Amino acid sequence: MTGTPILMASTSIGLIIVSVSIAMLLIRVIIGPTLPDRAAALDTLGINLIAMAGLLAIRLSTIHFNDVILLIAILTFIGTVALAKFLVKGVVIERNSR
Amino acid sequence: MNGLNDLILQTTTKVTAFLILSFSLYLFIAGHNATGGGFVGGLMTSAALVLLFVSYGYERASEVLPVDFKLFIPAGLLIAVLTGVGSFVFDQPFLSHTYGYIDLPFFGEYEWATALLFDLGVYLTVVGVTMTIILSIAEDDEKN
Repeated sequence: MTGTPILMASTSIGLIIVSVSIAMLLIRVIIGPTLPDRAAALDTLGINLIAMAGLLAIRLSTIHFNDVILLIAILTFIGTVALAKFLVKGVVIERNSR
Repeated sequence: MNGLNDLILQTTTKVTAFLILSFSLYLFIAGHNATGGGFVGGLMTSAALVLLFVSYGYERASEVLPVDFKLFIPAGLLIAVLTGVGSFVFDQPFLSHTYGYIDLPFFGEYEWATALLFDLGVYLTVVGVTMTIILSIAEDDEKN
């Protein structure tokens, strides 16, 4: 937790903005009228989590969050692909699809 | 449902699966000194394989990967046990691990550790368990 005051202030502002964004996305996930709304909101929620992890890595001045950022990106991508496949085709891993 | 075209998804998968596989290899190797290790490396590998299965369907993906993932579980457990038993050869207690330094031609001094072999067992077991669970669930359709 050793950073210059300007670093602390700017990461605080960034974290507050990302938190507001996550709260608004959670509203969309809860009241979203259709399932694709919820899927898109969850996808964007993952990207906001990446932003939050990056800001926390700057604030705590550590490099050990970089793997976590890449991991969240990969898991969000695969989760969204699986969810979209389920919404369109009804199965995630389809058989006899030649 | 066969008229749907997955061209963008399949082309993206061709690039992304190798990126995820190399990231999982990095996590597996770097686990000794940084974040990572056999468990999360195995999970990332199975994430890449699951992405292949999701994009290309069960038959085409298992044609590319003609591997029985159930065999990964005993292989990983065997490697993990053998690294423990191997310490008996050097008259040490069970699961004693050692390390040393060698000079690699390009990378310079490298610290090898036999804990990496134990981690390889963990990696293979995690890949086997995850892929067995997911593919077993994907296989049983239209039976009831």
